[in-house]
Amino acid sequence: MEEPNLSVEISGFRMKNPLMLASGVLGISIGSLRRVHEAGAGAVVTKSIGYEPRVGYDNPTLVEVHGGYLNAIGLSNPGVKEFCKELSRSKIDDLPLVVSLFGAEPSEFKDMVSMLDGLKIKAYELNLSCPHVKGFGVEVGQDSRAIREIVEAVKEESGKTLFVKLSPNVTDMVKIAKVAEDAGADALTLINTIRAMSIDTETFRPILANKVGGLSGPAIKPIAIRCVYEVSKAVKIPIIGCGGVVDWQDAIEFFLAGAQAVQLGTVIAYRGPDIFEEIKRGIRNYLITKGRKSVREIVGLAHDF
Amino acid sequence: MTSNRPRIVRLVDVKDESSTVRTMTFRDDLCSKAKPGQFIMVWIPGVDEIPMSISVIKEDLAGLTVREVGEASKTLFDIKAGGTIGIRGPYGNGFTPIIGKVMIIGAGTGLAPLMPLTEILAERSASIDMIIGGKTIDEFVFVDRAKRALFKTKSRLVTTTEDGSHGIRGLATDAILPILREKSTDIIYTCGPELMMRKVFSIAQESGVPVQASLERVMKCGIGICGSCCIGKYRACKDGPVFDSPKLEEVKDEFGAFRRDHSGRIIKLSTN
Ligand SMILES: Cc1cc2nc3c(=O)[nH]c(=O)nc-3n(C[C@H](O)[C@H](O)[C@H](O)COP(=O)(O)OP(=O)(O)OC[C@H]3O[C@@H](n4cnc5c(N)ncnc54)[C@H](O)[C@@H]3O)c2cc1C
Ligand SMILES: Cc1cc2nc3c(=O)[nH]c(=O)nc-3n(C[C@H](O)[C@H](O)[C@H](O)COP(=O)(O)O)c2cc1C
Ligand code: FES
Repeated sequence: MEEPNLSVEISGFRMKNPLMLASGVLGISIGSLRRVHEAGAGAVVTKSIGYEPRVGYDNPTLVEVHGGYLNAIGLSNPGVKEFCKELSRSKIDDLPLVVSLFGAEPSEFKDMVSMLDGLKIKAYELNLSCPHVKGFGVEVGQDSRAIREIVEAVKEESGKTLFVKLSPNVTDMVKIAKVAEDAGADALTLINTIRAMSIDTETFRPILANKVGGLSGPAIKPIAIRCVYEVSKAVKIPIIGCGGVVDWQDAIEFFLAGAQAVQLGTVIAYRGPDIFEEIKRGIRNYLITKGRKSVREIVGLAHDF
Repeated sequence: MTSNRPRIVRLVDVKDESSTVRTMTFRDDLCSKAKPGQFIMVWIPGVDEIPMSISVIKEDLAGLTVREVGEASKTLFDIKAGGTIGIRGPYGNGFTPIIGKVMIIGAGTGLAPLMPLTEILAERSASIDMIIGGKTIDEFVFVDRAKRALFKTKSRLVTTTEDGSHGIRGLATDAILPILREKSTDIIYTCGPELMMRKVFSIAQESGVPVQASLERVMKCGIGICGSCCIGKYRACKDGPVFDSPKLEEVKDEFGAFRRDHSGRIIKLSTN
């Protein structure tokens, strides 16, 4: 049996395999991003970077619940200037690096992209979906006009591949997805975390300092699968699935639902970076068993029913 | 499984170690089974959640030792016996105790993770040379506890102060070479200010002695996903906080040179 082809290409962005590191997970230093790449990730996405430095919320910023984690890190990041220095300090030519960006205004995104564009990064992912920071993310992510303006502004400034990451915390995701597609997004990443909360029964207090956070992990996978399924039926651009992948079966489910690639986040807490190799092997063996030559061949097969 | 949630524990006892350092004990089965060098995330409800080494590891009791620094540690410092805190963990790898001729060198609250290690090693009859350093005599903590532990085994305790108010005048690291020259040493365990540990590492490298050093980085999740504690390709909370010589060698551009603040910005470690 010939070796199945795991490589994927998303609008000019090539990956040796369809597994990516999700934004915000180990993504603040090139050292950790490189490690995850060496562990087998086809691409790595940085933590979301904003124009100004942000320390984020106070701790507790993370708490475990059945089926996943809540986090309210609060978009902590060193700011785009510092991050450019981080990138220039390190050798990144060989790293399939995607820089995630958040902001409130189209002009902010444009400025960040103009500072970053000369560096050897391969693509951008716009985080229009952080569920727990006022004024950024979701608030931008449900505003069709804001999305259109931001995507157009970035497209005007840069020829690099552009992913737009959307939130499930909206009433009509398909509508938002179409707006992003029309505005020029090359692909969509679905989904970000889901607004959620956890309370300590001893002290009666919400555990997260920010009270509300974003739910990630296995608990959100069925929601993510539904989002990928619905949106991939409605748009022509590729979809990158994200949310609750912990094993190769989960990844396959995303491909069948219509995703060309998947991102892994929370599973790193359970299994560490070595999980990439394991899931990759699982996908390869599955394709062989099913007599399929590539990942591409199984994308969206669930749509046939 | 939802183990990464704060468990509310009541403080059984609070003991002054110095005017700014206190040891607080509580009952918690998981911490009683911790390895020396592991840490917990301590939730001070309404204030913050901060990493603290487990400084007491007994069958029915566990504890932490806090120095008041900023808001969270000051609030923690002021909690009395009977008060409550939230803890999650133990996290991290911890020290690997070996039986042989060991050197333990620490200063300030860096001694917190070294104390249960010292006690375990003393029980196992290791030969121990311990160096406790401080700026002045007022900053000394754990000297009596160290003496009690070391009494059980072949050992020596050296104290150093920068002003000569206790023990030898000078830096803790000044006491290393004389000991290494005098006898063979299988391993050096250290925790304390990073520049001190960096010095320990350099001396040990030159002398061909392996080191285990416990490093501090900003911790948010404590479980290896947020990336705030990264040093080189490692996560201090998961791959550390204890780094052995090969790992220290790998991160030598950062170790003793810089750390990151809560935003991820690089902060150079000053040399004073
Ligand atoms: C693995 C580990 C074990 C530690 N063990 C002990 C111990 O046994 N006893 C002890 O007194 N201290 C210990 N510390 C240090 C302790 O966590 C900080 O002193 C404490 O967080 C300070 O918080 P603050 O709000 O009082 O001070 P702040 O004014 O908020 O900060 C003062 C300094 O403390 C550090 N700090 C603040 N928040 C964090 C954080 N979330 N993670 C890491 N560092 C932080 C920063 O370097 C900061 O500059 C340990 C740290 C780590 C990483
Ligand atoms: C600790 C943590 C931090 C995150 N930070 C970001 C971020 O900065 N930007 C972003 O777009 N998504 C962020 N996310 C969301 C993830 O990228 C991902 O969309 C989500 O966790 C679902 O995937 P998972 O279940 O595999 O973790 C974060 C998630 C976690 C757990
Ligand atoms: S504290 Fe989050 S990765 Fe270490």
